[in-house]
Amino acid sequence: MADASSQIARTVPTRRAGRLREFWKYFSENRGAVIGLYVFAAFAMVAIFADFLAPYDPTTQFRGSELIPPFWQEGGEWAFPLGTDAVGRDMLSRLIHGARFSFFVGIVVVVVAATGGILLGLIAGFAPKWLDTLIMRLMDIILAFPSLLLALVLVAILGPTLLNAMIAIALVLQPHYVRLTRASVINERTKDYVTAARVAGAGYLRTMFVTVLPNCLAPIIVQAALSFSTAILDAAALGFLGMGAQPPTPEWGTMLADAREFVLRAWWVVTFPGLAILVTVLAINLMGDGLRDALDPKLKRS
Amino acid sequence: MLRYVLARLLTFIPTFIGVTIVSFGFIRVLPGDPIIVMAGERGLSEERYQEYVERFGFDQPLWKQFWDYLTGVLQGDLGQSFVTNRNVWDEFFTLFPATLELSLCAIIFSVLVGLPAGVIAAVYRGKFFDRALMSTALVGYSMPIFWWALLLIIVFSGNLGWTPVSGRIGLMYFFDDVTGFMLIDSLISGQEGAFWSAVQHLILPSIVLGTIPLAVIARQTRSAMLEVLSEDYIRTARAKGLRPARVNGLHALRNALIPVITVIGLSVGTLLAGAILTETIFSWPGIGKWMVDSIFRRDYPVVQGGLLLIALMVMIVNLTVDILYGLINPKIRKR
Repeated sequence: MADASSQIARTVPTRRAGRLREFWKYFSENRGAVIGLYVFAAFAMVAIFADFLAPYDPTTQFRGSELIPPFWQEGGEWAFPLGTDAVGRDMLSRLIHGARFSFFVGIVVVVVAATGGILLGLIAGFAPKWLDTLIMRLMDIILAFPSLLLALVLVAILGPTLLNAMIAIALVLQPHYVRLTRASVINERTKDYVTAARVAGAGYLRTMFVTVLPNCLAPIIVQAALSFSTAILDAAALGFLGMGAQPPTPEWGTMLADAREFVLRAWWVVTFPGLAILVTVLAINLMGDGLRDALDPKLKRS
Repeated sequence: MLRYVLARLLTFIPTFIGVTIVSFGFIRVLPGDPIIVMAGERGLSEERYQEYVERFGFDQPLWKQFWDYLTGVLQGDLGQSFVTNRNVWDEFFTLFPATLELSLCAIIFSVLVGLPAGVIAAVYRGKFFDRALMSTALVGYSMPIFWWALLLIIVFSGNLGWTPVSGRIGLMYFFDDVTGFMLIDSLISGQEGAFWSAVQHLILPSIVLGTIPLAVIARQTRSAMLEVLSEDYIRTARAKGLRPARVNGLHALRNALIPVITVIGLSVGTLLAGAILTETIFSWPGIGKWMVDSIFRRDYPVVQGGLLLIALMVMIVNLTVDILYGLINPKIRKR
């Protein structure tokens, strides 16, 4: 027994490295995905080092410098490369700090939704029929509401803060993980290697987490990438509706809400925050497409 | 087939009860006394307070409250708005045509553009056209539509002055609400320019609301077409010497349509979520704006009722799509 396990221990790393290499081969074939990955990495860097990169504090108001256009336009100043907003705050600094909020939202939502969803999905896949039905009906109920509306109402209950917005978004995104996990678990559960593990004496928990779960991860990873971008979009939408981060937080959606009244007077206060959302979400979606092609053999080369 | 329909209906009932519990529970899990919260800074006299406690049934035991709520819902009684005192059910159905009209126009727009785009991309697979169309579709799919709406307003309303910024029709037109659809009502009224004004008001909101469905439809059409194009009968049709346009447009598209139609059917939830943002930006008097306004006015009976009716609508549409899909595709029924 000890001999067999040490043998496995010796073969697993090389196999894992091989798999990683194969994954990268498929992933890098998709040029869009690689570009998406680079943009996402840059976005993460900006989010992490926002304090060093931003020229000013995002909430400092420069009196007498309100609504200055970007430097290439007449009246623009190099001191404020992307202009200033209606109360004289530097757009560039606010955008850089906004990346931090979006990144944070994405990470927290994905971690919370995926952890809860995978757990419930595993339980549903292994549990007796009644518990499975109960969990899946509960998920059906969440899915019956348009996600943004449910998030909006949840935030109305919990109070409009960014943290509550994240909780609400994680809750509405979770059913997708439950369904995906349960579907793959049911697919894997009857396979020979699972039976073998059970016969060898693996308990329920070991079978669930060590034997079955790793083989269900591919679609979940893809879903994680896609819900990262959904989370950023929804959080921005909630901020835009006044039910997410509150001013003066430099969150991109909240910045757009502030900018609404200047739509026809100062294009830059409207254009840049939205562009930042679009580029980030697009990069993540490109990456997600690449991940799907690389991880899901059924869809390979379609 | 009957068994499939029945099984599907059976899952509908628990979900319906669950959705009712969620909307019932909403007002009761709010922190603080909901009546005081709703009254806000205006405050309430003691008698008025008692009156509201009775109206909402807060003096009853919880199971009784739920039972009354459920039986009320089944009879179309969703209570009254705290602000306007109008029946929530009536308010919903007065505003619903506006949302329906907008959503229908958005879907028509997205199908008219998305379907051909998907077909063309599939036919020219891997070529420049395909890449350009699919990149555009991915941009559309990633679009924060509230920002997209603002951009379109800057360009088309601000710079070019082609379209109005908000509302459903110009202020100088007055006519009766016959169908609730502005396009039809303005035609019936026979007033000069009324129809054109209604169309102008619809264009930007429809484009905004249709953008994400458009991207989804284009992507779905492309992948469905690619699958179908590799089938034997397509090769046969080509070998027979049929014109490529006929093979692609008729033989292939007809079979590729099934998954595409499903996607359209299942996008109702997306559309309603999008309507919340679109209607708020364009001041479109539909249920999306009504919900957002009610949340901000703390008009909780309206939020509660609207939440339930919207969820019911999504559920009924999904159920219909599922059953129709089962009708077309026997493979599904066996599950």
